[in-house]
Amino acid sequence: MSASDEVVTVDARRLLCPMPVIRVQNEVKKSPPGTRIRAICTDPGALSDIPAWARINGHKIIATESLDDEHIITLEVGEA
Amino acid sequence: MTKQYKAAALISGGLDSMLAARAIQEQGIYVEGLNFFTGFCVEGHTHAIRKKDQNRPKRNNALWVAEQLGMKLHFVDVIEEYKEVLFNPKHGYGAHLNPCLDCKIFMVEKALEWIKENEFDFIITGEVIGQRPKSQRKETMPVIARESGAGGLLLRPLCAKNLPATIPEQEGWIDREALFDFSGRTRKPQMALAERYGFTEYAQPAGGCCFLTDAQYSVKLTDLWKSRGSKAYELDDIMLLKVGRHLRPKPEFKVIISREEGEGKFLQGYKNQYVSLKTTSHAGPLALLDGQLEPGDLELAARMVARYSQGRNAEQVELEVREKDGTTRTLSVTPLPPSEIQKGWLL
Repeated sequence: MSASDEVVTVDARRLLCPMPVIRVQNEVKKSPPGTRIRAICTDPGALSDIPAWARINGHKIIATESLDDEHIITLEVGEA
Repeated sequence: MTKQYKAAALISGGLDSMLAARAIQEQGIYVEGLNFFTGFCVEGHTHAIRKKDQNRPKRNNALWVAEQLGMKLHFVDVIEEYKEVLFNPKHGYGAHLNPCLDCKIFMVEKALEWIKENEFDFIITGEVIGQRPKSQRKETMPVIARESGAGGLLLRPLCAKNLPATIPEQEGWIDREALFDFSGRTRKPQMALAERYGFTEYAQPAGGCCFLTDAQYSVKLTDLWKSRGSKAYELDDIMLLKVGRHLRPKPEFKVIISREEGEGKFLQGYKNQYVSLKTTSHAGPLALLDGQLEPGDLELAARMVARYSQGRNAEQVELEVREKDGTTRTLSVTPLPPSEIQKGWLL
């Protein structure tokens, strides 16, 4: 299975920013390029913070969606 | 081939650190940002919780600054290590529980660890002599450099000309003459430099970026330590101190009462860690009970919660009591008259 087939889930519910970003950052650090990481958050701030963090650090946002009070952001780890 | 020197900038999200980082980028240095998260950082937390603030733009200023400067930003989780700084600050506290000087020393020390691990050459901060009464004074600048261990690897671009030359200046990695000599509390030089760099938008100084500089928050944290008999806390504890009304009618327990819907939702996330109360006969807040309850205390807490509900003038208000294991029961109480809520209960 290639790295891009894997989806790692980060449960960042109840955490306030920047903790969801920190959780994602920690997961990215141990993941090879191409890995997909799906962060589940309840802080709506994560909808802007995680994409901003991904943009400046060279990762790609694949999708963002909000369901009731949960926000799901999926990114693909870029080259270091 | 000329070496590409690299600097790590402490980025708070404010204007000074933004200017300092840009000033060094202008000299051809590669800069990445570091932002330390202690758990007490103000950055948008209560705005994220409160419903009335839900439509306000949410932006982490450190991330925003990094994006404007086109640099990477690394968050560093220092929640656990920061406890020692807060419990035993060598240089004492500021007006409240803010150990500003020890905090700065700690962050520069962590930045030094980071540049060693990541093969960067020096550290920059947005400090300005005289800008802050506790941590940014002429006398404290060398203390921070010395006690952090950074020494000459710590460069403050905005006031460098008022300080002895650091290693990057001595070694010619950067041009000292192109640095600045800002000092004092005036913001005019920063505003002028921002204009020169074309920064039309930046976070305004808002009296500190840390809850520990807040009088009311410090009272609540002191109360938490006193009630537990020790200076201990977990991240959830210090987050909860930012939310709701905190009332302590007895030394053994306190009631955390949401002030609006957003806070109620946030507190609901803790219902498996605390006994909770919610009015059912009338619209009203959600409350968490923290501590050991004696017989009669639950009724007192329920009467307090009823007081903050739409049924405050009703003869009886019904509440659902939810235990940590999810079992529930109904309680019917008379709302506590305002005159019986003692002034000292509110933290």
